This record gives sequence, structure tokens and C-alpha cells, in this order.
Amino acid sequence: MAGAGGGGCPASGNDLQWCFSQVKGAIDEDVAEADIISTVEFNYSGDLLATGDKGGRVVIFQREQENKSHPHSRGEYNVYSTFQSHEPEFDYLKSLEIEEKINKIRWLPQQNAAHFLLSTNDKTIKLWKISERDKRAEGYNLKDEDGRLRDPFRITALRVPILKPMDLMVEASPRRIFANAHTYHINSISVNSDHETYLSADDLRINLWHLEITDRSFNIVDIKPANMEELTEVITAAEFHPHQCNVFVYSSSKGTIRLCDMRSSALCDRHSKFFEEPEDPSSRSFFSEIISSISDVKFSHSGRYMMTRDYLSVKVWDLNMESRPVETHQVHEYLRSKLCSLYENDCIFDKFECCWNGPDSAIMTGSYNNFFRMFDRNTRRDVTLEASRENSKPRASLKPRRVCPGGKRKKDEISVDSLDFNKKILHTAWHPNDNIIAVAATNNLYIFQDKVN
Amino acid sequence: MFARGLKRKCADSEDSPPAPPACSLQRQSLLDMSLVKLQLCHMLAEPNLCRSVLIANTVRQLQEEMSQDSAWQVPAPASAGRGPLERLVSTEILCRTPWEQQGGHSAADSGGSPAPDLLSEPPGAPSAQAPRGAPGCAWEAASPRESRGGFQRSLDQIFETLDSKAPRAAEGLFADVDGPYYDLDAVLTGMVGAKSVPGDGFETLAPTGAPPPGVSYKRDLGELDHVVEILVET
Repeated sequence: MAGAGGGGCPASGNDLQWCFSQVKGAIDEDVAEADIISTVEFNYSGDLLATGDKGGRVVIFQREQENKSHPHSRGEYNVYSTFQSHEPEFDYLKSLEIEEKINKIRWLPQQNAAHFLLSTNDKTIKLWKISERDKRAEGYNLKDEDGRLRDPFRITALRVPILKPMDLMVEASPRRIFANAHTYHINSISVNSDHETYLSADDLRINLWHLEITDRSFNIVDIKPANMEELTEVITAAEFHPHQCNVFVYSSSKGTIRLCDMRSSALCDRHSKFFEEPEDPSSRSFFSEIISSISDVKFSHSGRYMMTRDYLSVKVWDLNMESRPVETHQVHEYLRSKLCSLYENDCIFDKFECCWNGPDSAIMTGSYNNFFRMFDRNTRRDVTLEASRENSKPRASLKPRRVCPGGKRKKDEISVDSLDFNKKILHTAWHPNDNIIAVAATNNLYIFQDKVN
Repeated sequence: MFARGLKRKCADSEDSPPAPPACSLQRQSLLDMSLVKLQLCHMLAEPNLCRSVLIANTVRQLQEEMSQDSAWQVPAPASAGRGPLERLVSTEILCRTPWEQQGGHSAADSGGSPAPDLLSEPPGAPSAQAPRGAPGCAWEAASPRESRGGFQRSLDQIFETLDSKAPRAAEGLFADVDGPYYDLDAVLTGMVGAKSVPGDGFETLAPTGAPPPGVSYKRDLGELDHVVEILVET
């Protein structure tokens, strides 16, 4: 049963009844490439939800204050700010276009009235300040209300400008630009628990930055081989530990995770811990390595566990045990027999993300056909849900979906061959405290909430 | 495409006389597909390094298996005639390149473009190729006339093109051959000086079947050579 609305520890993913709350984005069947959402992230309080898209734009939604007359109804998310974070660039030296697509957004913890976030494309990270302005100064001496300068000689009396309320304006301004530190494509950024530094990772290197300093960064991991012929492995994701400011992890295309301690040496090429699950020889195929490549790694909020996503599964690791994960959840095992086709159409290279709920009792990740999966770590139950316009009635419950691996298809089941592999849910986010989830389906952002009794 | 994923164990099964053609045909097709993917990804504006590395590792694994198999494999008599032709079919994608044009003029062209084949070595070792011209075409030319021995010879040709004296082709994908001329990072992250518009590249690769007109073909050929140079050098 769901926990009492509002207070207490929310029940985990599957005891809840998930309901449609909102959907953002165009309904048009023709999707503009620039509108495809490429990252979704709640801030620390969950009041703000940021999305980045392939066109380099960032849209921030804010949760409305709860309605006093309906104390149990959750606030809706409405657009708070929209701005162009990155523009397409051209690297003249290499004759290459640099995509403006936002790869990741990470919020900084809030320290004053303004909000700060880091957004990155393939090459450049930017720190944005989002601030509100709801007052305007009036009664200047040297300029009149239109802004035109007054002739000083005409001024006969002085007055003190006063602040008058105005319509709320939300302004986003770039405060820092961290550029020219990555030769390869940035895949991750992660803010440190010290709130002063952050890391950025590309295919072969990880750099450490100070938020105040833009002209310098420290290289802390470098896996580029001296002889590029020997390159067989790249970095796929990296994250700082939520509490230990000296610890971070990075995952690789070979399905391994390395935990590094920055206190041990300046260059963390030698890991402190090495996490790898031994391969099951019976399921070995030519695609084994590709599907073992880790597309996302996330620490639990507690800092005791971390979760990795590879092509077919999500694994939970105990940081104290390197030999194998403590949990493995199959996301879409029915695709294992289709790997050759998925290799041909490149779907096998899709990078799915994963996320924890607030109490770390449930995890969520996306799949194809606009399906997403939730796993309850306590009850061991899992559910498949769909983000679709058909289930878009306000507060309509989401019906669990089932995929039929083959053979006879039962009623309400979908066969593997009918799945739409163009509808992929790569990016999902879970509110840090409440049971609210944001699911990006191509150019639409779906927000689901639990049904409050 | 295939209903089931490719299983390595088919190469390991030793109970029945191994069915090399079917398995190696699958492997060959997978290899072809992988090499096409690698070339395509080098022609895009921003090659995805992770994807390239994963495909290259797959190619390497396929090569290893194929060379292992060739050590003990004896082509079954019944399939000898079929084998080379099937290989012809499965390598059609690769063979439908500008170099197909050279198929009839292999001798004249052997000294021409530096790396006239997706599978060939960097400029360092053209001599192995010269007598045969473009190996892809050699497969075409040689195969129909061959029997059992020919099957093995075709296999050898594949291995020579894929796997040779100094750097292996798959490894050569990331090698910096022309060190002084290319910034390694630049080569890895993009195509240095590559002028070909993706459209051109896809055109020349697409198995259209119809031979492109001569003039624009030469231009495409030049661009494709350039790209392949980079492919091999990166």
C-alpha cells in the first residue's frame, strides 16, 4: 500500500499505483531532431526539473506550490525558464562540427536565492545561474522611465529610487565556461560533495575542475594508450561518491567499474577497487562485449551501493564486494536472441540511463517501445510501464505492460517483433524525496506520480 | 536478419563434422557488416569512439576465430562449390565499392591508389595486394573457378588482407601511421581534411548495383581513398 500522502517514507516502486500527471512537448508525429530530449535531472529539492535537448536548449520546470484547498494533490511542473545553453560550433582545425546537444545537466546544491546548474555538450561545460527578478527600481535621477538619459543640467531635485514589484522574470546567465579541456566527447559530469569541485569525463580522460576556475583543470584519469593501436576500452560514465569527496567511480566499455581515491595519487590511473562480474561462458557470443558495455553508473543516495546499466540488465553493486554484483535485474532479456539485428540497426549501442528512488529501495531504467522498467529491491517485484499519449488522461493509472518473448501471445501482451525500436526511453529521473518520476520519450517529457489515496 | 544471435559455440562443437560454411558464412557476414559500420562511422562528422572501439573489438574477435578455424578446418566436399559463391554474396556489400570498377583492370590499378581496399593494409604493404589487384575483386574473380582448394585459397586471401605482417587491419584502425602529418587526437576525433560530404560517402557505399558515371566516380573514388586512408591510419 502506498504510504500516507505527503509524509513518511514513500513506499517503493511497485506497491504504488503510478498515474499519469503531465506531458510536455509537441504532439506532432513529425519530431524535429533538435527537440529530442537528451538529459533529465531533478535538483536537490525536487522543486526544479531540468531537461536538455539536441538543439542545445535547457528547459527548467518548477513545481507549483501545493494548493491549500487540495492538500493532498501534488503540485504540477510548469515551465520556469528556457534558454539556449550551447550553440553548434565548428572546429576549424579538424574540420568537424561540434554538436550542441546537451549530454548532461547536473544541479549544484542551492546556497542562496539563485539556482546553479552545469550543462555540457561534447566539448564544453557551462555553469548557469538562474535567478528571479520580481522587483524593479524606479525613480532614477539620471535617466527617465524610458531609459533615456536625462540632461544633468536639467535636474533640479534629487530623489531616491524605490523598488517596485514587477512580473516575475527568470533570467539565466552563463557564469563560467569550462572549455578546451577535452579532446574526446564528454559523457559525464559530476558535482563533488565538497560543492567546490566537479569532474568531467570523456572517452579516455577524466578531469577535475574547481567551480571558480575555468582556465585550468587537473587530469585525474587517463586511459589513452601510448600506441593508439592498442585502444580496446573507453570510459563510458563517471560519478563522484555522494559523501566521500575523495572517491569517484568510472565505468568502461568492457563492463568494468573502477573506484578511485584521489588521496592515493594525483593521477588516479591505478584504481582502489575494480568491479567486474565474471562472464558466463554459456551465454558467450560475438556480442558479449558490446552488451556488457556499461552505459550509466549511479551511486545510491546512501553511498553504500552503486548501480550500473548495461544493454540488457541493471546491476547493483555493494562497494565492499568487487567480485560480483549483489543484484542483477533483467530489463529486456527477450532481446538477447535479437542481438544480431540490433547490431545491424545500431540499437545495440543505445545508452540507457538508470536512477534510484529517494530511499534507494527501487530503481528505474528505460527500454524500447516507450517502455520503462521499475524494480523493487525489497519485494523483488518488477513492473513494465509505458509512456504514451494514449495513457494521458489526468491521474489515469498506468497499466503494467508485458512483452511476449515468442510463441503464443497472450491477450494484452506485445510480441517482441512488434516493438518499436525507434521509441526508446534513454533518460529517466526520480524525484529525490517523493514518488514523482520524469521520463523522456524522444521529444516528450512525461511526469508520473503515485496515486495518493 | 538472423533470428538468433551468433553463438560462438558453433565453432566449438566438435561432435559432428563441423559445418564450416554456415558458421563461417555467418561470421563472414558479421565481419562484413562490422567493417561497413566502421567505415560509415568514420565518414560521419563526429565518429563515436566507444562505438568504433566496440566494433573493432568484434572484428578482432571474428578474425581470431576465423584464423583458428582455418587451422583445423577441412572444407566438406559438398559445400566446396557453394562456399566461395556464398562468400561472394556475403561480401557483396564490400565488393560494391568504387574498386569494383577496377575489377577488370586490376593490373593497371595495383600501383594506383594507396589503399584501394577496406581490408587492405596501410600503404606499407601494397606488394601483397598488387598481383591480385583489389582483393575484393580477387574474391570475385577467383571464386567461381575454384573448387575445394579454391575455398581454402579464398580463406587465405581473406586472412592476408585482414591480418598481415605488421599491424593487423583492425588494430591499424587506431594506429597513427603518418605520425608527422596527423595529430593523433585530431585523427581520432574526426577526419582530418576529409572533404567528403556524408551524402557522397553513402552514395558510393550503397549497393545500388548501377555503375556510377565515370567522371564523378573518379572524384568519389579520390574522396573514398582519402577516407580509407584515414580509416586505416586511425
